[in-house]
Amino acid sequence: MRRTIRSGLIALAIVGFLDQGQALAQQLRIGLQDDPDVLDPTISRTFVGRVVFASMCDKLFDITPDLKIVPQLATGYEWSADQKSLMIKLRDGVLFQDGTKMDAAAVKYSLERHLTLPGSTRKSELTGVTGVEVVDPSIVRINLSAPFAPLLAVLSDRAGMIVSPKAAEAGAAAFASHPVCAGPFKFVERVPQDRIVLERFPDYWNKGHVKIDKVTFLPIPDSAVRLANLKSGDLDMIERVAPTDLDDIKSNPKLTTASIGELGYQGITINVANGPKSKTPIGSDERVRQAFSLAIDRQALVQVVYNGFFIADDQWTGPASPFHLDRPAPARDVAKAKALLAAAGQPHPTIHLTVPNTPTLMQTGQVIQSMAAEAGFDVQLQAMEFASALAASQKGELEALVLAWSGRTDPDGNIFSFVSCDGALNDGKYCNKEVDAALNTARTASDFAQRKAAYDKVTGITDRELPIIYLYHQKWLWALSNKLHGFTPYPDGIIRLGDVTKG
Amino acid sequence: MRRFILRRLGILVPTVIFVSMLIFALQQLLPGDPALALAGEERDPQVIQFLRHRYHLDEPLPVRYVYWVGGVLKGDLGESIRIQRPVADLVLEKLPVTAELTVLAMLVAVVIGIPAGIVAAVKRGTAWDIAANVVALWGLSTPNFWLGILLILLFSVHLGWLPASGFVSPTESLWGNLSTLIMPAFVLGNAIAAVFMRHTRSAMLQVMRSDYVRTARAKGLSERVVILKHGLRNALGPVITLGALEFGQLLSGAVLTEQVFTIPGFGKLVVDAVFNRDYAVVQGVVLCTASFYILLNLAADLLYAAINPRLRA
Repeated sequence: MRRTIRSGLIALAIVGFLDQGQALAQQLRIGLQDDPDVLDPTISRTFVGRVVFASMCDKLFDITPDLKIVPQLATGYEWSADQKSLMIKLRDGVLFQDGTKMDAAAVKYSLERHLTLPGSTRKSELTGVTGVEVVDPSIVRINLSAPFAPLLAVLSDRAGMIVSPKAAEAGAAAFASHPVCAGPFKFVERVPQDRIVLERFPDYWNKGHVKIDKVTFLPIPDSAVRLANLKSGDLDMIERVAPTDLDDIKSNPKLTTASIGELGYQGITINVANGPKSKTPIGSDERVRQAFSLAIDRQALVQVVYNGFFIADDQWTGPASPFHLDRPAPARDVAKAKALLAAAGQPHPTIHLTVPNTPTLMQTGQVIQSMAAEAGFDVQLQAMEFASALAASQKGELEALVLAWSGRTDPDGNIFSFVSCDGALNDGKYCNKEVDAALNTARTASDFAQRKAAYDKVTGITDRELPIIYLYHQKWLWALSNKLHGFTPYPDGIIRLGDVTKG
Repeated sequence: MRRFILRRLGILVPTVIFVSMLIFALQQLLPGDPALALAGEERDPQVIQFLRHRYHLDEPLPVRYVYWVGGVLKGDLGESIRIQRPVADLVLEKLPVTAELTVLAMLVAVVIGIPAGIVAAVKRGTAWDIAANVVALWGLSTPNFWLGILLILLFSVHLGWLPASGFVSPTESLWGNLSTLIMPAFVLGNAIAAVFMRHTRSAMLQVMRSDYVRTARAKGLSERVVILKHGLRNALGPVITLGALEFGQLLSGAVLTEQVFTIPGFGKLVVDAVFNRDYAVVQGVVLCTASFYILLNLAADLLYAAINPRLRA
């Protein structure tokens, strides 16, 4: 009997010890809005995938919160005189999570994989890359067909993620089910729609900055449920919090928030030349578009729908970008809007405005509808599920669509594809040769002032012709348990866990 | 009997083929291009074209159907375009989760619904009866997602007793498993409990008026024995039939509840797949659910026929 009691006590002590060990390990549970798609940086297509990759896969370069590009797996770079090749010096002693070495050969392998793997979403980002050369084990050279200024910014995102050649050789499907990179956390397991578990990589090159032992990402689509999980202590951090929940979070002593203006924008894409649906008052006459823009009080819109939390603006770059113009959001001017409509011979034009069927975007549509009505517009709102709206917009079946863009570090990513004549995302088929020329100048120029001048020229024209009516910039909003410290918000909305501690 | 079984099995095959065609055709009515929906924010034309080609989205509908059926016959339900994993794996991964949730919900429904129905019938017209009916009406008319959010607010946020969402496998932790499923099972079981309660009540009322109950009472048996042994036994027949039907309903009805509680089951799988236009996943899940229904129906038919030989004609 005594022996039984003794062994029982020992067992209890062991359990207690193990429990304590568990408590000491720093574990983080993060609630995400969506479930990522394929966990392969070459094929990945979703924003949320980038959030998960940030903890798993280091890139050649990274950005700072104020959008400066800094080396990560690289230590430096140098452009050739003709701007057609980029030499990158790599960090020494970096290991992939499978223990193999990250060197110039691995970088060449990864970049070539981005360029050649069937279904690669990186291929179009690496426009103009003609080849990658290994100069020596710690130097690679990327050759371009023409100068491409956004390349460094591109290499600070998924295209700059270097994967283990050994793991990638196993095949795309095998790699996606167990990705191996050179980041702070290594992949442990994934249960689709449930969780992605990563744990600290002990041989990470920058391990001094990693304080967390294990990270679990949990996709929870409903923002109210995400918040409830945070409040109940089941999660330590949630992303994409609804601005309407801000007051509730602020009144909770156990929680804190972090926020920053996004790189992207929210706007209305107008069909100006894509099929018969462009032959409408708003599609065919820029004065009607100008009147529509003037009829909207962006400040009031943001106040009513987003608690005043978002940033009213009419620009295609976010306020964090050095290319953002220092000017206030345009003031509402109903009288001028009416005058423009009269001049266009359309005092009461009808507009069919399609809005993705989320509650807040529907409210946005309704606010716009009532504001525009005062200037004489008859706005007919059409709610449509997002995937259907995208398909219809691309086919030219819509007149105008409320559409968001998450934004890119380099301004090229926010404008080129949307307004250049052959742009892949130019659903309204807007085309202006002058704009195209300026966009190409901005792409190839290496000098900031030159690029800025080119973009200002683009803005000057698109402000008048309005193929997209920009409305506001969202702000990324995270809510965190106040036990978390050291979290820095970045305008790309991606969660970086370096220096984050819990306890 | 053998001929009857063979005939029923003979009908089964064309039914499954018809259902599979229906699934395939209905899905094509969904607006939105799957390649476009899956290509991501950049909507790179090359990627869209690659996806269309790889998943035969650029072929005519009948050809795609043949590809799909050909795969299904070989046990291959296709591949999720979004996460590039075999649909069969996903189905096998999610099915036990939903099955467990469904069984627990059924348990909740039986434990609440049947006793409440008995009490309401035995104490007909009293406050007990009225209370049970009000509760049943509430159970039937409360939307699952709303009740779910209320429970999360009460038990997770305010009291901190239960996790707000997620799923822990029973092999990982039995308590963890139960604590994640208790609220969703209650939400799901709640509406069925109401149905059970009403049916048990009316069946009991009918039975309690019958001659054999009167005889049992006349024999001087205690009221407890009369109710449970003579009354309930005979009243339960139709309730069990109803239960089988509700069980089938539950499997597909878990969709909203799984969304609210973020339970990675069948419902969540299919909802996410519809939004992402991940056709292969939708087809796989619906085919499995439909086959389950058909088999359940077949089992019920065979059972009835075994009990009542007149039905075999």
